[in-house]
Amino acid sequence: MFPMADIWLILPEILLVLYACAILLLEPFVPSSQKAILAYFSLAALALAGFTSFRLIHLDYAVFSGMYLLDPYSTFFKFLLYIASAFVVLLSMNYIKIEKINIGEYYAFLLIATAGMMVMVSGGDLITIYLGLELNSICFYVLAGFKRYEERSTEASAKYFILGSFSSGILLYGISILYGLAGTTNLKELSAFFAASSTNSAAIPSFGGALTVAMVLLTVGFGFKVAAVPFHMWTPDVYEGAPTPITAFLSVSSKAASFAVFLRVFLSVFGGVQQDWQAILIVLSVVTMGLGNLVAIAQENIKRMLAYSSIAHAGYAMIGLVVGDKLGIYSLMLYLMIYTFMNLGAFGIVILLQRGGISGEAISDFTGLAKKHPLYALLMMVFMFSLAGLPPTAGFVAKFNVFMAAVNAHLAWLAVLGVVFSAISAYFYLRIVMVMYMKEPAGETVLATSPALSIALLVAVAVVVLIGIFPGPLIDYAQTAILPIR
Amino acid sequence: MENFILNDLGYPQLTLLLVIPLIGTMFLAFLRDREKIRVVAMVTSLVNLVASLPLFFYFDPSTYKMQFVEGPYPWIATLNIHYTVGVDGISLLMVLLTTLLTPICILCSWRAIDKKVKGFMSALLIMETGMIGVFVALDFVLFYVFWEAMLIPMYLIIGIWGGPNRIYAAVKFFLYTLAGSLLLLVAMIALYFAGGKTFDIVTLMNGHYPPAFQFWIFLAFFMAFAIKVPMFPFHTWLPDAHVEAPTAGSVILASVLLKMGAYGFLRFCLPVLPHATLTFTPLILAFSVIAIVYGAYMALAQSDLKKLIAYSSVSHMGFVTLGIFVMNVQGIEGALLQMINHGITTGALFLLVGMAYDRTHSRMIADYGGIARPMPRYGAMLTIFAFSSLGLPGTNSFVGEFLVLLGTFMTHRGTAVIATLGVILAAVYVLWMVQRVLFGPVTKPENAGLADLGMREMAALVPLVVLVFWVGFYPMLLLNFLHATVGHLLEQVTAVAPPSLTEQLADRVTGPLGNYLKGLL
Repeated sequence: MFPMADIWLILPEILLVLYACAILLLEPFVPSSQKAILAYFSLAALALAGFTSFRLIHLDYAVFSGMYLLDPYSTFFKFLLYIASAFVVLLSMNYIKIEKINIGEYYAFLLIATAGMMVMVSGGDLITIYLGLELNSICFYVLAGFKRYEERSTEASAKYFILGSFSSGILLYGISILYGLAGTTNLKELSAFFAASSTNSAAIPSFGGALTVAMVLLTVGFGFKVAAVPFHMWTPDVYEGAPTPITAFLSVSSKAASFAVFLRVFLSVFGGVQQDWQAILIVLSVVTMGLGNLVAIAQENIKRMLAYSSIAHAGYAMIGLVVGDKLGIYSLMLYLMIYTFMNLGAFGIVILLQRGGISGEAISDFTGLAKKHPLYALLMMVFMFSLAGLPPTAGFVAKFNVFMAAVNAHLAWLAVLGVVFSAISAYFYLRIVMVMYMKEPAGETVLATSPALSIALLVAVAVVVLIGIFPGPLIDYAQTAILPIR
Repeated sequence: MENFILNDLGYPQLTLLLVIPLIGTMFLAFLRDREKIRVVAMVTSLVNLVASLPLFFYFDPSTYKMQFVEGPYPWIATLNIHYTVGVDGISLLMVLLTTLLTPICILCSWRAIDKKVKGFMSALLIMETGMIGVFVALDFVLFYVFWEAMLIPMYLIIGIWGGPNRIYAAVKFFLYTLAGSLLLLVAMIALYFAGGKTFDIVTLMNGHYPPAFQFWIFLAFFMAFAIKVPMFPFHTWLPDAHVEAPTAGSVILASVLLKMGAYGFLRFCLPVLPHATLTFTPLILAFSVIAIVYGAYMALAQSDLKKLIAYSSVSHMGFVTLGIFVMNVQGIEGALLQMINHGITTGALFLLVGMAYDRTHSRMIADYGGIARPMPRYGAMLTIFAFSSLGLPGTNSFVGEFLVLLGTFMTHRGTAVIATLGVILAAVYVLWMVQRVLFGPVTKPENAGLADLGMREMAALVPLVVLVFWVGFYPMLLLNFLHATVGHLLEQVTAVAPPSLTEQLADRVTGPLGNYLKGLL
């Protein structure tokens, strides 16, 4: 029986998809000079969905026979997704005009991708999760190749598509093994099954290596989505080739949603066998931080640098996952939320410098920005110091909580490694500040400013500084929204 | 809160000191005229100086307790992080040193900084907030936030307004200190869980931690503070930073920033980790002595005035760490006095180098010679501070160094003898430098017409001259503030762990270093 009442609980997702369809229908009737209307339309959709989610904020239900979970944890991530998508819309408005990809489908795909990620974070069944993952991935494949006249963009799209479908296949293989072992794909039932067998010491060995293989396959699948080393190969190329707002979108939303699922699956399904996967993820976390930060130093293209920086941040965030207790979960959530603001801010400044082609992509294009445009240079400086994790910015709060979780879980050495890499990362973030402030501008820098972009940047910087100084409310909210763990 | 004496002045005294520079910075943001920017910055720093005077007059020197305490006000309630500020004898003097030096720095940058004046003055004022914050914070997270946030304006001051090789120096300074501070962060978190989930510094001081735990925490603290001091062998960033920084940057760096490392040792290592402190004492004494002699020896070889003073700083800070870790009243009080004195004297020396640089655009000793003839006031000033730097009796540094050496001699004779070498070498490099710069015939014809110090420059130097002699003849002015605090500090260290543990590290280290350590005992 189809439970009609449950429909109301997935209203935000339905709204976004309906609006996306409406955009597709309206698109031919909107003259190309008026495409901004569609952007406002998307913003309205996101605002409405955000409002609906806000009304559902305290609910904790499993709907559609446990296929779909509406809990504070998923709602937290949905807010993150709304914020990120709204930012991306604001960052895109002027950019897609300059890049001559000013067509309505752009916004439609953006909204559908958002809906897909919402399905992902709310998934209560491996099948739902897979569905959401594919829904957003396909949108991203298209969005990455949106600059269809540009080789780099189509290459990014193709690369992402091929590697993405490959990793989806691996993920699906892992899911099928789990189904073979437990006879179900429902997270709750899987969790109960493995919990029961873990108390019965004879049962675990009877799985043979199958459970381990399934865990590894799932790690590969999710590791690809969060851009963890060694599944990160696609990241720099796709980030470089994709339209910059899409790069920003990928680096925050896709990563956050995938981490949300990563955490949910591993803590609920494999919660009873944490020792088995903790070691794998510790290794992943260390190599991810290490490679991301070290290779970022060598980059000359700011989008590639931010790509490696986003790999490195996945490594820090993974510490929260490795720890996996209350402190670990909320620190991961906090980390992703803060990362959203500071990274979108940094990409916003990159977009500001882009006036078509590859202008604004080389780090040298930032030379002397402080002289010509002191305000934007100041904003970029704040974002860079925040990404480096310096107080009094939000980035410090994020790292502080993650390291706290690690120390509390007797992984102080992991925290020490984290801070060592953090010190290394300061070098390349500082480099941006250095070229902006300490070098003389070579020529005229014309910025592609627009009111929407400026608003987005100012909001981002205000949030980064405010959370840096008063992190209390956000920490409290994240703590109330953590996953129920046993 | 029996360890606190709440602020009863009727207004938030310490918070006011933190906020005034920030308000000044906000005013600066709306100004365009350079002269107005300078005036507003100057007025702000003077207001802060005046606002800090009640600390001096109302401080009760008879107690070790934290005074003028505000808070604890919840800041991040779920993690038990609070906004708590207060001062004891140690931090009081540091705060006053900071508020005194900031206007002097602004004064000396009046003409020397002619590009991006607004940015420079803002950075200086934000620095002031950061520095005061470090000294008054009574919550570890609050301390850490100020400690690290301060790196940003200092990085910009060196990197934007510095000399030709400024970018290298700024990045080196930043990364070096950041690496140390980040280890401090992890240690701080570990201490939070070990000390009953609190970041309150006074509570942490009263906790007892297992020796093995203390060992690791101390190691992390040591890295952070030793880099900041900077203690040999972590000093390599200092000469670069000093040489490239603008005058005001050098002054702040030498006078206040270096003190933060020593302050960290006194505030955290000794009272919180007494056990590990005793374990590490021989190693730190060894490093201190090496710093004293090595710094002085390097200073001897420099042809660049700023480098010479930078290496003399390494040597002088060696006395500070030596005094702290001999762990008796004379040693620690001497070290504290030496901290203040070094702030006054070395700050003034950097000012003087800057003033000469403004005229000739050279820091090379060889480019000077006989300039006392065209610049008699300059000659007098340089001579006074040079004598202070070498520790002539009657000047401030004599008292500090004498107390440190006295304290060292009481417990570690051999060490004291070697350290005394540093005093002798100081006389050599300082007098030699003065001779080459000031006296004899004017070697370069273009130096004959140099203008002597003007009113503004004298105004920056005179307060420091007064302090040189005041502290030199009447050190009780400062020592009065210290007795109770230092006495309590020593109780905390000696009460918890038996001194015999000093030998632990000597036993762990083998080879020549181990033998040397054993010799120290």
